[in-house]
Amino acid sequence: MNQEISIQSADFSLADEVALLEHDNAVDGAVVTFTGRVRNQNEGRDVTSLTLEHYPGMTEKSLETIICTARKRWRIGRVKVIHRVGELFIGDQIVFVGVTSKHRQDAFAANEFIMDYLKVQAPFWKKESTEQGNNWLDAKTSDENKAAKW
Amino acid sequence: MIKVVFFAALREQLNCNELSLSGENLTTVADLKNHLASKDETWQQVFANNTLLSAVNHDMVNSEQTIKSGDEVAFFPPVTGG
Repeated sequence: MNQEISIQSADFSLADEVALLEHDNAVDGAVVTFTGRVRNQNEGRDVTSLTLEHYPGMTEKSLETIICTARKRWRIGRVKVIHRVGELFIGDQIVFVGVTSKHRQDAFAANEFIMDYLKVQAPFWKKESTEQGNNWLDAKTSDENKAAKW
Repeated sequence: MIKVVFFAALREQLNCNELSLSGENLTTVADLKNHLASKDETWQQVFANNTLLSAVNHDMVNSEQTIKSGDEVAFFPPVTGG
């Protein structure tokens, strides 16, 4: 099992994840983390919850490929990607990307790259619940454009 | 046999999580799509959508990708994680 990737329904602790990235790691001076959370509004709609579905097996494989590509492009140390699935409520954490590197530029760039590619390649789907009902979210062209810039 | 799996909006529209096919006479993902689209009007509509994505054995592919017995083929809408 790849220790760098976790698909889980349980919440995660930012402090614990940072501690793991830093533990016994004297070579890396930079730790960059990103946490994505459930917003209360989306395109003008009041959101009550999100339900995340994924394709077990392919999800892990696609994230492994993305991390592997990042390792080829930047000099990075440790990487951790956590993505939650199931029903999540406003303010809940959805996704975590943590990257360490000797100097900050590599960790900043690799973290953003991993997140941008996760958005357009990893097989996750969000279903939004609002007072008006439930609907599957459409993919955004802006996310495609952002990933294409790398 | 070819295992076919569906996700998200597609799974709900088709009311089907997965199915198995003998795979005879199906050489490519496009063949498989045409075969599934011929089931009924709902399946035809779903497979007429050109934003539909496909994967073979967990790798994203296009419709020209060849398939063989033992493969797992997945169909799903554009992804919206993160």
